[in-house]
Amino acid sequence: MGQNSCVSFDRRRVLRDSLSVAIPVGSYGAAFGAAAVAGGFSVLQACALSLLLFSGASQFAVVGVMAGGGNPLSAIATGALLGIRNGFYGMRMSSILKLNGIKKFFGAQITIDESTGVALSQESRGESAMRYGFFATGIGVFLFWNLFTLIGALGANSIGDPSSWGLDAAVPAAFLGLVWPRLIDGKTRIAALLSILLSLLLTPVLGSGLPIIATVVIALALGWRAR
Amino acid sequence: MSELWIATLGASVICYLLKLLGYSLPQSTLNNPRVQRINTFIPIVLLSALVSVQTLTFNSEVVIDHRLAGVVVAALALKMRVSFPLMMVAAAFTSALIYNFIS
Repeated sequence: MGQNSCVSFDRRRVLRDSLSVAIPVGSYGAAFGAAAVAGGFSVLQACALSLLLFSGASQFAVVGVMAGGGNPLSAIATGALLGIRNGFYGMRMSSILKLNGIKKFFGAQITIDESTGVALSQESRGESAMRYGFFATGIGVFLFWNLFTLIGALGANSIGDPSSWGLDAAVPAAFLGLVWPRLIDGKTRIAALLSILLSLLLTPVLGSGLPIIATVVIALALGWRAR
Repeated sequence: MSELWIATLGASVICYLLKLLGYSLPQSTLNNPRVQRINTFIPIVLLSALVSVQTLTFNSEVVIDHRLAGVVVAALALKMRVSFPLMMVAAAFTSALIYNFIS
């Protein structure tokens, strides 16, 4: 993991943080696999989305639009708009990861909410811990997400209802745990509160997916002026 | 090619290019203090929106259900500085309890 690996940090603690995100989030891949097959996608297409697209919200959006009778272009557009945030994450992570060559192409693919979130939450432990958290979480989610997509797609509905295991609450709880340490002052809490309100207000209007992207205007507005 | 394959592969290619684009923007973009400030807020607003959308919406409608109870328990656990996995288990357990036995 690079040049600063001599800088000490508690690997077990970072790995624990990474796995406690990767396992529940990855297991939710079963819900995606089942949703994709229920939406008319083949098992192969469901697995292709998890392997190649590998961004949960975009994947659900693509499946949702197609299952709802949308055309491929609107499915691609919705998925892409949701994927913009991964580009922002990459901007944020590139100065920390300092990836070159093949590592950059690999690192880009695992640049998602969870890997970035865990990496940023390790800021106080130093850049080596951030890099470790990024890869441990990204690879962990990739493996579990793809495995459970296959299981979910194969088992479709027979795997059972993820809600009855509380998985539908565990995923937002994971996101809450990721954003929690970043709410360090009034301005960051206001950003979070505004984002919650805006995304809920826009959901009935814009449907699923876009309201999340729309909250970037809050980040632009609050970040534009110096504190 | 079927429409489903066009959607699958088209979205995959564009989303991968978006991921890569983040790493390909010039380093100087990141040294701008304004970009840095915006960049600090971006995960906060997106993660917060993901929490609210995944907790309080279903089929593009705002709903209150078992998930909210789970996430409220998660917030309490975080406030009490409970460890991350335990917080998630508490959230899942609460939500599943209400989903299976109450609602």
